[in-house]
Amino acid sequence: MQSQSMNNTAVDLRRIFEAQNLSVYYGNSIALRDVTLNILEGKITAFIGPSGCGKSTLLRCYNRTNDLIPGAEVKGHLTYRGKQLYDKTVDPVVVRRKIGMVFQQPNPFPKTIYDNVAYGLRVNGMKQNLDEVVEKSLRKAALWDEVKDKLKTLGTSLSGGQQQRLCIARAIAVQPDVILMDEPCSALDPISTMRIEELMKELKQEYTIVIVTHNMQQASRVADYTAFFNAEALDGGKRVGYLVEVDTTDKVFSNPADQRTRDYVSGRFG
Amino acid sequence: MTLAEQSTGYQRSQGLEKRNSTARVLDVGFWGLTLLLAIGAGAVLIWVILQTADSAMPAIRAFGPGFIFGTTWNPVTNVYGVLPQIYGTLITSFIAVALAVPLGIGVAIFLTEGFAPKWVTTPIAFAIELIVAIPSVVLGIWGIFVLIPAIRPFFRFLNANFGWIPIFGGGTPRGNNLLLVGLVLAIMIVPVIISITRSTFEVLPRDMRTGSLALGATRWETILRVLIPAGLSGIISSVMLGLGRALGETMVSAMLVGNANRIDISWLQPGTTITALIASQFGEAGRTQVAALMYAGLVLMILSLVVNILAEVVIRRFQNVE
Repeated sequence: MQSQSMNNTAVDLRRIFEAQNLSVYYGNSIALRDVTLNILEGKITAFIGPSGCGKSTLLRCYNRTNDLIPGAEVKGHLTYRGKQLYDKTVDPVVVRRKIGMVFQQPNPFPKTIYDNVAYGLRVNGMKQNLDEVVEKSLRKAALWDEVKDKLKTLGTSLSGGQQQRLCIARAIAVQPDVILMDEPCSALDPISTMRIEELMKELKQEYTIVIVTHNMQQASRVADYTAFFNAEALDGGKRVGYLVEVDTTDKVFSNPADQRTRDYVSGRFG
Repeated sequence: MTLAEQSTGYQRSQGLEKRNSTARVLDVGFWGLTLLLAIGAGAVLIWVILQTADSAMPAIRAFGPGFIFGTTWNPVTNVYGVLPQIYGTLITSFIAVALAVPLGIGVAIFLTEGFAPKWVTTPIAFAIELIVAIPSVVLGIWGIFVLIPAIRPFFRFLNANFGWIPIFGGGTPRGNNLLLVGLVLAIMIVPVIISITRSTFEVLPRDMRTGSLALGATRWETILRVLIPAGLSGIISSVMLGLGRALGETMVSAMLVGNANRIDISWLQPGTTITALIASQFGEAGRTQVAALMYAGLVLMILSLVVNILAEVVIRRFQNVE
């Protein structure tokens, strides 16, 4: 299913994540089937597709937050910079420090703005120059000017868009390698969404970003590569997700290889 | 707009006037009933306090505020003071809370944070709720016939080896003492702390946990640095409810505290509490002594009230955190 052009482009770019025949099960039911997909360094890759197509499930494999769901099981190969992520010797706590995540609902801790950003640093023992790193992270998240005079107020008192940028600042404070974003703008208004999208383009300079989105315009605006997932019903009515195609965003939106992708991006279903 | 359209518009606005139906009467009646009940609940509280204060009046006149500093309880000479009782009440409640809080929070975390599968946690949670159903007189008699013989060696061990610490000092402990009462009170209040703390943790959003774990925090760091601070107001209110229960518990204190009218720094010596005093003396009290007992009851109510108000203040302060 991996299109040829993607593999050609990949020659001169480093692959951060490589998934081969990756399947995810929740208990006895399969949620995602046989995904083979590469994530390239320094690029923004968007996962699009209808509800229940397994795009968030795949995202959660990358930082092993699927482990937190009882009964979740991952089969197949998934490597992070050549290392098997689901190897027994791999510590998920360390994986999550290197691979940050921003969630659908802004989820700042009920702590001050400063402590929210410093939290990751503190739990990871990076206690030098806390003030400096907090400021740098808030600047990178384009939030510093709005909060610099109220760092001691609660993070939860900010507006939704500010909270989401605070969560981004919190994620980049620990200097991750990759940032995973699970529909980061779905709870935000259009102006906040625009700011986050601009921010993503900025962050691309330093980080690899994988974003799950329901919003096709968003994918076409920010992503370098787009992967389209679809879902099909199994016997018994349960749905399983699978990867239809992945390519450059231009190609997926203007000239997709698969008819299902064409139907989806032209708004015929989903 | 045509005439026909106007007329349908007019028709639709008909029937908005107040109806004089039974539904309306019932509505107003129900409002009145709930108001009456609400006022009634408050009135009962005030009535009890006033009545107690009134019955205590002779003692209040005779002893004044000195009552709470007096250490004598002598029905023969009619000299009364409740300092030993206040001391015993506070110490036993303190011991109970100090034992029950870490235990309660620990169990609540175990039950909510996925340390064990549901088929393990559900029966445990159910059993804990059932502790509340044990009548305190049963706990008292269990304390006398089961707990004291079982725990006496431990008390003696504490006394023999750690007697240099004043709270474990004094003569060889016989069994009835402040620590024992604190222990049994802890058993009584731990279910309250567990169930309220548990429901506090259960309503914390899952994203809060995942958010912390996704930053590379371990499960313990997540619990200690995010969940407990986030649930602090719930935890504090559970502690305050437990404390209120410990302060007012009567049967356990009366049966196990030893009823010795003295202030001893040692927790391994018998003492007394306000509730134990009232329960043990009420039956054979003369008129003046009844007034003194009522006064003691009033002191206990004020003590509980102060604790509750304090709790309210503390909870309001920490609520801002959530």
